[in-house]
Amino acid sequence: MKSKLNQILKHLILLFMVILALLPFMNMITTSLIPNAYVLPSEPQIIPKQFYFGNYVAVWEGEDFGRYFLNSVFVTCITTVLTLIIASMSAYGFARLNFPGKNIIFNIYIYSLMIPAILALVSQFTVLQRLNLVNTYAGLIVLYVSGGVAGNTFFLKGFFETIPRALEESVIMDGGSRWTVYRHIILPLSRPALATMAIGTFSGTWMEVFTALTIIKTQSKRTLPIAIKLLQNGKATQWGIIFAASIIVLIPIMTIFILFNKQFINPGGSQGAIKG
Amino acid sequence: MIALEQYTTVSYKNKKIRKIKDKRKHKEALQAWMFIGVGFILFAVFMAYPLLKNIEMAFMDYSVNPNKPSTFIGLNNFKKAFLSSGVLGESDKFYLALRNTLLCALVTVPFQWFIGMMLAVAIESLSKGKMFYRFLLYIPVISDWLVVAILFKYIFQDTSGALVNSILLNLHIIKEPVMWLQNEWTANIVIWSLCIWKGIGWVMIMYTTALQDLPKDIYEAAEVDGATKKQSFWKITIPLLQSRTYFIITSLIIGAFNVLLQVMLITNGGPMGRTDVLLNYMYNKAFSSFDFGYAAALSVIMGIILIVISVFQKKITNNAKIEF
Repeated sequence: MKSKLNQILKHLILLFMVILALLPFMNMITTSLIPNAYVLPSEPQIIPKQFYFGNYVAVWEGEDFGRYFLNSVFVTCITTVLTLIIASMSAYGFARLNFPGKNIIFNIYIYSLMIPAILALVSQFTVLQRLNLVNTYAGLIVLYVSGGVAGNTFFLKGFFETIPRALEESVIMDGGSRWTVYRHIILPLSRPALATMAIGTFSGTWMEVFTALTIIKTQSKRTLPIAIKLLQNGKATQWGIIFAASIIVLIPIMTIFILFNKQFINPGGSQGAIKG
Repeated sequence: MIALEQYTTVSYKNKKIRKIKDKRKHKEALQAWMFIGVGFILFAVFMAYPLLKNIEMAFMDYSVNPNKPSTFIGLNNFKKAFLSSGVLGESDKFYLALRNTLLCALVTVPFQWFIGMMLAVAIESLSKGKMFYRFLLYIPVISDWLVVAILFKYIFQDTSGALVNSILLNLHIIKEPVMWLQNEWTANIVIWSLCIWKGIGWVMIMYTTALQDLPKDIYEAAEVDGATKKQSFWKITIPLLQSRTYFIITSLIIGAFNVLLQVMLITNGGPMGRTDVLLNYMYNKAFSSFDFGYAAALSVIMGIILIVISVFQKKITNNAKIEF
């Protein structure tokens, strides 16, 4: 009896926390469905009473978000694929092979993770300038992929080390190369970790603002986060429009979260959780 | 004579073995570089070099104009930050941004940590609905910082119809709508509550995975010995989670130093720079005033603080490692 009461009490507290976590989103969704929300309504709108999609149309067509959406999809997908290839190869090198300077390089990787990436932005810009890569997707993607090398190598190395060595030793005995081991043993066995990493890279790149804002100058090349930031600067009080745009940005991330929620909230390994 | 002969053959054999070993080592190193090479070059050119260049820039009056050379000015950029220079000096702004950054860590880290941990423990002890709560409480974590910062600006608007004011008015906690973003401390509260609101879910999941890794037999043994649930929580669970706790707290502190979008979008440092934080201050110095040298000096100061925190954490964690 006492433990039942205890459970009910816990459910009540947790439901309260869920309401705290979700109420702002409800407020946002409902506001995006109201025409002309220039002025704040006299009461906060939580449950949608009407379903007006004019704001979404205005953002998608009038503000050219259709184009920005495709730009973002392009940049994010290429970044994710390149990061998967480069980080998994690099992690295999650190996990299984010995070479001079290995520990030093790996420690430098780890320490670089503690420094906010934005601190490097000014000099990164000058480097890209010298390579003539400013205002190109190549420049933007190269910065994204480079920024992910250290963290993802660290993450995957941890996972690769849990794979028993016996499997690959037999391949080497049979004259197989390191590449065969990496390609046919390590990669297939690490699918969960690779998926976690891909999801993390995808959502991180999808939401990145400052690098994109600094590197991309042409309007037609903008990615979604830049578009939202500039929209917020320009139409600060048109909340309906801003929130319609925000929801367009959130939809892909939320879809991934709903489809792959186990990768986020129930990771088998102890360091699998993705930080937003 | 015979002994010498033996000696030379042995040493010859050793040499041969060493040569083969060296060759193998050489080959392995070459193979390793084929795997790590691309990543390392990208990291070196686009991360390490810019960060090092930042250090160089911190000692220069850095000029964006290619025709005007940058000049070496020693510690002047650092003096500008640390030493007061009149009423309109930068050092007042620097100390304010430093204070706000430290305050942000001091306020948001304990709340995120404690609430997140309690949620993890409470959800783990439920008989039903674990995944349901974890799923919903994680939604703020995966949401874009940009979006939630704009959203918090909206729910903390100063009219009585804005979400937060309306709730507080209805609960009779306040009598008239609060102008959240117009005052130093209320604006800071908005920024802090955003950090806490978004961080709790992450802490919860980090503790959840740690809780699931705990060995069950210790609890059974404790129960046999007559320990109550409360006792086993404080005497077993908390100590076993210690290394995870250090990791979480360091991550949260680093997170607090990373606060930028929140401030930029909600207050942009206002009113009068009273809510500015280090990164926002630095970003504006670099990209609004184009004072790259000074901005680089600020970034070096931040980098040093963060590395000190991390080294400290590593030392503590190594001392506190519990094996089970």
